[in-house]
Amino acid sequence: MAGANATNYGRPIIQVSHLSKVYSNDSVETVALADVSFEVREGEFVAIMGPSGSGKSTLMHILGALDTPTSGTYVLDGKNVGQLSRDELAAIRNKNIGFVFQAYNLLPRTTALKNVMIPMAYARVPKTERLKRATALLDRVGLGDRIDHASNQLSGGQQQRVAIARAMAMNPSIILADEPTGNLATAQGEEIIAIFQDLNDQGHTIVMITHEPYIAEHAKRTVFIQDGRIVKDTDSHTSKRAFVQKEH
Amino acid sequence: MEFFETLTTALEALKLNKMRTALAMLGIVIGIGAVIALVSLGQASQQTVQTQIQSLGSNMLTVSPGAQNSGGIRGASGGGTTLTNDDAKAIASSTQITTVAKVSPELSRRAQIIAGRNNENAQILGATPAYADVRKVTVSSGRFLSQQDVDGMQRVAVLGPTAISNLFPSGASPIGQSIRISNISFRVIGVTTSKGGTGFMNQDDIAIIPLTTAQKLVFGVNYLGSISIEAKSADVMNQARDQVGYFLLARHKITNPYQADFSIFSQEDILGAATQVTGTFTMLLSGIATISLLVGGIGIMNVMLITVIERTREIGLRKSLGARDRDVVSQFLAEAVILTVVGGFLGMIIGVGLSYIISSLMGLPFTLSLSAVILAIGVSGAIGIVFGLYPARKAARLSPIEALRFE
Ligand SMILES: Nc1ncnc2c1ncn2[C@@H]1O[C@H](COP(=O)(O)OP(=O)(O)O)[C@@H](O)[C@H]1O
Ligand SMILES: [Mg+2]
Repeated sequence: MAGANATNYGRPIIQVSHLSKVYSNDSVETVALADVSFEVREGEFVAIMGPSGSGKSTLMHILGALDTPTSGTYVLDGKNVGQLSRDELAAIRNKNIGFVFQAYNLLPRTTALKNVMIPMAYARVPKTERLKRATALLDRVGLGDRIDHASNQLSGGQQQRVAIARAMAMNPSIILADEPTGNLATAQGEEIIAIFQDLNDQGHTIVMITHEPYIAEHAKRTVFIQDGRIVKDTDSHTSKRAFVQKEH
Repeated sequence: MEFFETLTTALEALKLNKMRTALAMLGIVIGIGAVIALVSLGQASQQTVQTQIQSLGSNMLTVSPGAQNSGGIRGASGGGTTLTNDDAKAIASSTQITTVAKVSPELSRRAQIIAGRNNENAQILGATPAYADVRKVTVSSGRFLSQQDVDGMQRVAVLGPTAISNLFPSGASPIGQSIRISNISFRVIGVTTSKGGTGFMNQDDIAIIPLTTAQKLVFGVNYLGSISIEAKSADVMNQARDQVGYFLLARHKITNPYQADFSIFSQEDILGAATQVTGTFTMLLSGIATISLLVGGIGIMNVMLITVIERTREIGLRKSLGARDRDVVSQFLAEAVILTVVGGFLGMIIGVGLSYIISSLMGLPFTLSLSAVILAIGVSGAIGIVFGLYPARKAARLSPIEALRFE
C-alpha cells in the first residue's frame, strides 16, 4: 500500500475543490461550507474537528454522496460525483463508502443480523453469502453473541458497533463517521475508536468527525474547520495540491 | 432487488409496524366486506320477490271484478260480483279467443279450518282442475281436484304444506283424514308441493276445494273472485289480454272500455311494481355500502399518510445504504399490494360470510354480487396503492439526508 509520494500514502481517493453549500430556508441563507478544498489519500485516517455548526456534518454528507454541494467539484476515486446518475450514486453509497452516523440509524425492531444484511440485499449478494458475511462482521465488532437481538435491545455502544458492521457490509474502501462516539460514554467510545483503528490498519481509508482531542490523537492527520472553511490541516501536502489544481 | 427479495422486505416492513398494518387492513376489510354484504343482500331480496311472483306462472293473466279505473292492483278477494261461472266458460269455449290455453275460475276467502283439536285461519280457494295447470301447482301426495269433484260438488280438499303442518302436526299422513271448513266436513285428498313465500306471499297456507262446493255450500255466492287465464305463450300476452278484454266487454254489453266492470293484469304488472320497491331498497343498501367504502378508503388513506414521517426516515436510511429509487418504490408498492390483497381477501370472506348468514336468517336465497366484489376491491385497492405509493415516490426523490431529517 506504500505510495510513490514522500508521505508514504496511496493515491488520492477523495478530492474536493472549492466546495460550498448554502442552505436557503424561508429567505434565510446559511452558508454551511465556503470554498473548501482538500484531498484524502488511500489509507489515511483523518480526524475532522471544529466547533458546533462549523459545517463538519455538511461536508461529511457531501463526501458520502448523501447530499449535493451548491458549487464546487467532488472527485471520488477518479469519478466526478456531480456528474453521476441517481443509480450510480446509489451504487457508490452501497459499495464505495460506509457511513456511520452519530445516532446509529439502525432499522428499529430489527435484529442486528438483518440490519447488517441490508446493504448486501441492495447489492444482490446471495442469501447464504449475506448470512456468512454479516455473522463474521458482527463477530469482528465483538457482537457474535448478539446477532439475533433487536436493535433497540442493544446499548448505545453495541448499536454503534452494529452500525460499523453494517458500514463494512460491502467492504468499502472508505469509511466516513460523523461523531461516532458523540452519544457514548468514554469507555464505550474507546472501544469504537479501537475498531476504526483496526480497520485503518487493514487499509481502509477513514474520515471521522470528532469533538474529543484524545480521539483525534488516534488519527494520522487532523483537519480543523471553522465557519465553513478549513482553518488548519496537519498535512500540508493537501493544501498545496489544491492550490496547484486551482492554477490549472 | 429481485422480485422475491422485494416481497420479503415488504413483508418484514409490514411486520415491523403491526399496528399500522392492522389499521390499514381494517379499513380495507370494512370497506370491501360492507359493500359485498349489503349489495348482495339487496340483490337477494330483489331476486326473491321476482322468483316468487314468477312462480305464479309467467304466461298468466288475472281477470278481477271491479272497475278498471280504480287503478293499481286489487286484492283477489275484492268485493266485485261482476264475474260469473258463465264468463269463464264462455272465454274457454269462445272461437274468437285464439291465444288462451287454459281458464281457471276461482273464488277465494279466508275461513276457519278444524282438524281434530287443531285449527287455523287459512285461505279457502274454490277452483277447478284448470287451476293446477294455470298456476303450475303439483301434488306431493294424493291427487288434485278432478272434474268429477267439481261437477258432483264433492266435499274434498287439497291442502298446502303449511296448512298440513298446522293441522296435522303429528306428521301422520293426512290423506283420507277429515277436516271441517266453516263447520262443513271435508275429506283431504291431496297435498300440494311447496311454492315458498312468507307472510302475505305465502302460497302454502291454503285449502283448495271444488269451485261449486265453495260457491254453494261454503260461501253461498254464485259469482267468481277472479279468473286466471294462461296464454298460449309469453309472446301473445298482450293479444290474449285484448281478446279476453273485448270479449268480456261485449258479453257485459259495455261499449266504453273505460267503464269496464272488470280489470285484467299480468304477472309483469305485479313484477314491475314489486321490482320498483325492491330496486329502491337495493339502491338504499348500495348507498350505505358506498359510504362504508368511502369510510374504509379514508381509513386506509389516513394510516398511510400518518406514518409518512417514520417511513420517510426509513427511506432515507435505505437510500444511504445503497437503495436505488426503484428499490424504494417497489418495496412500498409491494407493501400496498400485500395490504390490499390480504385485506381484500379477508374483506371478501367477511362480506360473503355476512351475506350468507343474514340471507339464511331472513330466508333469502344466497346471492353474490360480482360487480360489488369488483367495485369494492377496485376502489379500496386503488386507494391503498395510491396512498401507499405517493408518499414513497416523493420520499424517494429526496436526497438521503433530506429524507433522514424529514419531520
Ligand atoms: N438542512 C439544513 N437547513 C438549514 N441549515 C442547515 C441545515 N443543515 C445544517 N444547517 C446549518 O449549516 C451549518 C453547518 O451545520 P453542520 O454541518 O451540521 O455543522 P456541524 O456538523 O459542524 O455541527 C449550521 O449553521 C447549521 O445550522
Ligand atoms: Mg454535526
